Amino acid sequence: MRKRYAAALALPLALFAGWFLLTTVGGVKTAQLASPADVARELAALAASGLLWTNLLASVERVAFGFAAALLVAIVLGTAVGLSPRIEAALDPTLQAVRAVPSLAWVPLLLIWLGIDETAKITLIAIGAFFPIYVNLVAGIRQVDRKLVEVAEVLGIRGFALARRVVIPAALPSLLVGARIGLTQAWLFLVAAELLASTRGLGFMLTEGQQISRTDEVLTAILLLALCGKLSESAMRALERRLLYWTDGLPV
Amino acid sequence: MRPAVQVDRISKRYEARTVFEAFELDVEAQETVAILGASGCGKSTLLRCIAGLTKPDAGRINVSGEIGIVFQEPRLMPWLSVERNVAFAARGDVERARVKDVIDLVGLAQAAHLLPKHLSGGMAQRAALARTLLRSPKILLLDEPLSALDALLRLELQGAIAQIVRETASTAILVTHDVDEALYLADRIVVLEGSPAERSLELTVPPSLRRSRYADVTEERIKLLSALGVDKRQRGASRPYIKLAERQ
Repeated sequence: MRKRYAAALALPLALFAGWFLLTTVGGVKTAQLASPADVARELAALAASGLLWTNLLASVERVAFGFAAALLVAIVLGTAVGLSPRIEAALDPTLQAVRAVPSLAWVPLLLIWLGIDETAKITLIAIGAFFPIYVNLVAGIRQVDRKLVEVAEVLGIRGFALARRVVIPAALPSLLVGARIGLTQAWLFLVAAELLASTRGLGFMLTEGQQISRTDEVLTAILLLALCGKLSESAMRALERRLLYWTDGLPV
Repeated sequence: MRPAVQVDRISKRYEARTVFEAFELDVEAQETVAILGASGCGKSTLLRCIAGLTKPDAGRINVSGEIGIVFQEPRLMPWLSVERNVAFAARGDVERARVKDVIDLVGLAQAAHLLPKHLSGGMAQRAALARTLLRSPKILLLDEPLSALDALLRLELQGAIAQIVRETASTAILVTHDVDEALYLADRIVVLEGSPAERSLELTVPPSLRRSRYADVTEERIKLLSALGVDKRQRGASRPYIKLAERQ
């Protein structure tokens, strides 16, 4: 285990060392690339002024709401489509067509319809997170062992009870894989949403840093985004390990 | 008295293959009938039709009383412990309160908290049996429930099933390709053959031979085995399940 951590840390440390050397003895100017010390100073200044928390919290909140909405809608629609051929015939072709649209293409419409406030951003994040969850859940339900469903049928368990007691638990591994990918997508779309129009958030720090040529601010935002993405991914994996205690496969 | 299970002229086709054509079978209350036949002869289809899992194309099936089925594989919900798998069949508090008793009955009291992935094949099949027994079905359908288990375990579970059927006064239909198992458990043996499947042979197991084991080689048993075709000089070679009987 310790060996694995060491291996995982080797590349980031090398990159950090390279960054440090470039900005000190390498002679690269701060306007091009801020040094680690600049970034640390910026981080401390932001933390002291409270802006760090404002921006971080704004972004985390948007991702949380967008992801939660996507999860909820994907579970409802995915279960309905996965279980009922009739609902599938009615819904799935449309959803697949919508999925084929690059999600950023919705941005102009969202801005026209919902303005530049929170709703538009959260909606865009939800659109981005929805499809991986939906697609994986439907595939997972397709793969549920017919034999387990028959057991329930013989016992007279049908409809909603069948979904709740057999189909969803059996499809849970796929749902969680979809949720993990969906959460990554949520962060991706957060940045897209915040780059377009926002007054706070990590994406806003990126735009602001660019506009006033502050590479230290840009790098700070990038580091924070990397940290948030990594943390949320680890949290999802921990959740998977907790919920999938019953699977026979290798640990994910 | 009306039969417990009445299969009334059912027909079933799968594409080009006719499995049943106006097939009939009556099973009396508290009778144990073993259906013998080679793989693919329609034994399992018959059981699935009785259980309502497969719809016959024509004909009717009348069943008086609740049905419970044990499949060839345990089919446990992998995310539930043995106890919760058994409780899966519960419809109310009365049945929920019986979960422990049924688990004791199949001898799994020590394993009640285990997940299916930690069970041996025999334990898993016992758990499946307990789940079926929880509702005290009047009619027990057994679809080769022991065929995936090794020989010793099979003997042990045959004993357990015989005891349970007797104690609960159930009607039972056992599908198997094991002649010995049929002789051990059944009151009556029906042999299915051909396509569409016909009852090519039917015989009542004499009371003196019920619950007898391979070791009890009496003249009566040998006569019965040869009637079932377990004798090469007669019509043996065409029947795959003979191989199993030849071990003795």
